[in-house]
Amino acid sequence: MLTYLIQRFGQALVTVAAMATLVFLGVYAIADPIDMLAAPDATPDERAAIAARLGLDRSLLVQFGTFAWRALHGDLGRSFVYNESALSVIVQRLPATLELALTALVLAVAVGLPLGLWAGLRPNAASGRTIMTGSILAFSLPNFWQGLMLVLVFAVTLGWFPAGGRGETVNVLGVETGLLTLDGLRHLVLPAVNLALFKLAVVIRLARAGTREAMLQDYVRFARAKGLSPARIVGVHVLKNILLPVVTVIGLEFGSMIAFAVVTETVFAWPGIGKLLIDSINRLDRPVIVAYLMLTVSLFVVINLIVDLIYAGLDPRVRLSEAA
Amino acid sequence: MSRPEILPSEGLPADGPPAASARVETAEPVWRAHLRAFFRSPGAALGFAILVLTILAACLAPWITPQDPYDLANLDVMDGTLPPGSRSVSGLLYVLGTDAQGRDMLSAIVYGLRVSLVVGLSATLVAATLGSAVGVLAANAGGRVDAVLMRLADLQLSFPAILIALVLLAAFGRGVDKVVIALIAVQWAYYARAIRATALVERRREYMEAARALALPRRSLIVRHLLPNCLPPVIVVATMQVAHAIALEATLSFLGVGVPVTEPSLGLLIKNGYDYLLSGKYWISTFPGLALVAVIVAINLVGDRLRDVLNPRFSD
Amino acid sequence: MTAPVLALENLSVGFRAGGREHVAVDRVSLTVNRGEVLGLVGESGSGKSVTGLALMGLIEAPGRVSGGRILFEGRDIAGLPEAELRPLRGKRMAMIFQDPMTTLNPVLRVETQVVEAIRAHERVGAAAARARAREALVKVGIPAPDERLRAYPHQLSGGMRQRIAIAIALLHAPALLIADEPTTALDVTIQAQILAEAQALCAEMGTALIWITHDLAVVAGLADRLCVMYAGRIVEGGPVADVIEAPLHPYTAGLIGSAPSRNARGVPLTQIPGMVPSLVDRPPGCAFAPRCPAATPDCAAPPPTALAEPSRFALCRHPLQPARFT
Repeated sequence: MLTYLIQRFGQALVTVAAMATLVFLGVYAIADPIDMLAAPDATPDERAAIAARLGLDRSLLVQFGTFAWRALHGDLGRSFVYNESALSVIVQRLPATLELALTALVLAVAVGLPLGLWAGLRPNAASGRTIMTGSILAFSLPNFWQGLMLVLVFAVTLGWFPAGGRGETVNVLGVETGLLTLDGLRHLVLPAVNLALFKLAVVIRLARAGTREAMLQDYVRFARAKGLSPARIVGVHVLKNILLPVVTVIGLEFGSMIAFAVVTETVFAWPGIGKLLIDSINRLDRPVIVAYLMLTVSLFVVINLIVDLIYAGLDPRVRLSEAA
Repeated sequence: MSRPEILPSEGLPADGPPAASARVETAEPVWRAHLRAFFRSPGAALGFAILVLTILAACLAPWITPQDPYDLANLDVMDGTLPPGSRSVSGLLYVLGTDAQGRDMLSAIVYGLRVSLVVGLSATLVAATLGSAVGVLAANAGGRVDAVLMRLADLQLSFPAILIALVLLAAFGRGVDKVVIALIAVQWAYYARAIRATALVERRREYMEAARALALPRRSLIVRHLLPNCLPPVIVVATMQVAHAIALEATLSFLGVGVPVTEPSLGLLIKNGYDYLLSGKYWISTFPGLALVAVIVAINLVGDRLRDVLNPRFSD
Repeated sequence: MTAPVLALENLSVGFRAGGREHVAVDRVSLTVNRGEVLGLVGESGSGKSVTGLALMGLIEAPGRVSGGRILFEGRDIAGLPEAELRPLRGKRMAMIFQDPMTTLNPVLRVETQVVEAIRAHERVGAAAARARAREALVKVGIPAPDERLRAYPHQLSGGMRQRIAIAIALLHAPALLIADEPTTALDVTIQAQILAEAQALCAEMGTALIWITHDLAVVAGLADRLCVMYAGRIVEGGPVADVIEAPLHPYTAGLIGSAPSRNARGVPLTQIPGMVPSLVDRPPGCAFAPRCPAATPDCAAPPPTALAEPSRFALCRHPLQPARFT
């Protein structure tokens, strides 16, 4: 088991290092950020001064060496635009994104499980088919378009919720959160629904397939023969069987929710790291782009690592084959 | 060199292995049967009709649109943000309204469709070819080559498509060609995985054994015997991937990192109209959006039916 | 004589498919008395398992009880709504199934599955229910019951799991236990143990037992009476010794001939030619006629009931023993 752990950990480190190199080389190949930073009428001397200040006058290799050395010390560079540490620019906006992604995750499971159960119990009824059609649409239509329609219907036409922004936040233990104010919650509803829709479709599919399969199993028949109520059969026997795969998949998908938040945050002007990334790409703020990508890639690698380790811990077969 | 006569005959039972029905000699009748089966589903027929119409419209855009939306000489700011059904000063009917520059939305949508379809189709075509080649190569080479290629595919598939596309576009900058490259980079791994799996199964089938026993050259084995039998799954995956590619391109363009403003796709049209959506001028965003939705739904309907008809071993 | 625990009167079960109704169980009549063991024998597809499920009201769409009555403790329960059947299931009538690997829910502890069966029918506290569960496990001969209660099903052997299923079925001392091939999936030695234990427990509680099996040898030593099913119908019934000694129906004779036995060493086993007809293309007359060595052209008409002593019957025009027709 220890060998396996070390091996997996090593692989994760290699992945992060490889991605760091790729990301750096890729991002530093973008057009000259000095065009964006210097005044249009700046003299070549002024431009050179900016380049020297930002270290852009040195060769790519030297820049990469500096970047890598600093990254190892937790320093991902200074934002050209905000003129502070790129990492701290991101960390300031991280709570907003986490708040959004977690709410969406909870929403996807809380709504998707019952809907999927229902559709699985009545696969041929009109209600079951409607749920499936809805999930296919949520699955295949572009997320930003769904967000736009949410804005059009619930913000512009009905006026129930605000169309964008994060609303009022309060500071709890140094973290700004909108979860504790009514205004913050109202602002959260539409973005959270938007971000949840895709995962909701995934949960519905998983839950429906699991329920259909479980209902055909002997243990459900035996549970009925025991005289259990339908509520107990569905709520305990079936639910517990479909919960495990759903929770596993959703755990795995948390990282992709953070990535997809880029879209939702842009639609709803949500001040999280996703919107920051798009703004930074448009402003050629390289250090922030690199810091964002490094953070997200590391997050993914960590999530994958954790899932792998949990599987190895749960499934004796994985352990055995690795030991052999 | 003539093909060996040891290929399995056609006329398999309806639930028999589907790939077998794509054998080259029997292509004509099998295709006709598939075609009939395909159009038996009203949903698929509708999807197909929508697709044909959109592709035709996109091809014929310069001749059928009321206005060339990118010829500035045609535009009049006085016609800006007119609601659907308005007429221009010169009497031109704006069926779907105009955008802020006074551009006819209907014309803009047809031109936008063009960009979206070209990007989606070309990216998918290249990715399918490239991915299939990698998949077949991996399955045939085996060993270290297989391990490295598949490890790479797995690594890439473990990150969401949008993240990879964003990384690439952050590096390349905007541009139709750059979006296509990003989409290819995102997609190839699906094909490589699917084809490798199919090829590994097909390799062990009797007709391949027979072809090997005849000592046919390796290249002819792969190209003439293995590849045609791996095709049906590629066709199904590719159909669905066109929809994904179009949706992803639209998303990237909506985010402002996709196609440039000079060649707006549906996604960019939607982005441009987004600010006006909030002030109630819904048509600038909504109609391009509906066109996008129609194309994606149509492709999905067609792809679903294709999957049922060709019934490949892997689905979903 | 007291009223039987269960009496089926012309019970039919149909499955709707492609606009037609296929008959899986066809006019089955039988009675089971208190404490009696009835063997229900037939090949797969004969309708024996469907009969068992129909008794419990567990036929699921597209199937349905399409005719006849199920008199359980004097009351017709055919077509009773779920809510009225539920108090009976697990309480007055219980059922165990073939594969002990799948009858217990893999993600719930044994304790949960036993306790929920107790609390489905009785208002008892958690501690009392747990004590009852432990007691029930001891009764079916499970060693270290506390440990087993905490276990998940996959941690137990097949025999152990089937014992737990039996313990659950007998929790409320039901009037009737339907056992659908419960030992088929087990080792031969475990099979014998479980058979003996189930029989002893039923005798002790006065529970009537319907033992469904394809294996004549299993019921021969267990049942009081025997019913043989073929293509949805009961083709022969009577006391177990008489049926096995001198079958009336050629099909029963064929079943006996194809079963290995101790006193026929060296004699080749006979074989019934052909296969059980599917639900779809069932012949109008005697369903066994196409495979029957004694069949004549008039077997194409519906077979009459042949009666013989003591209380034996067969659906056959050409019974193998002297009999009178109704």
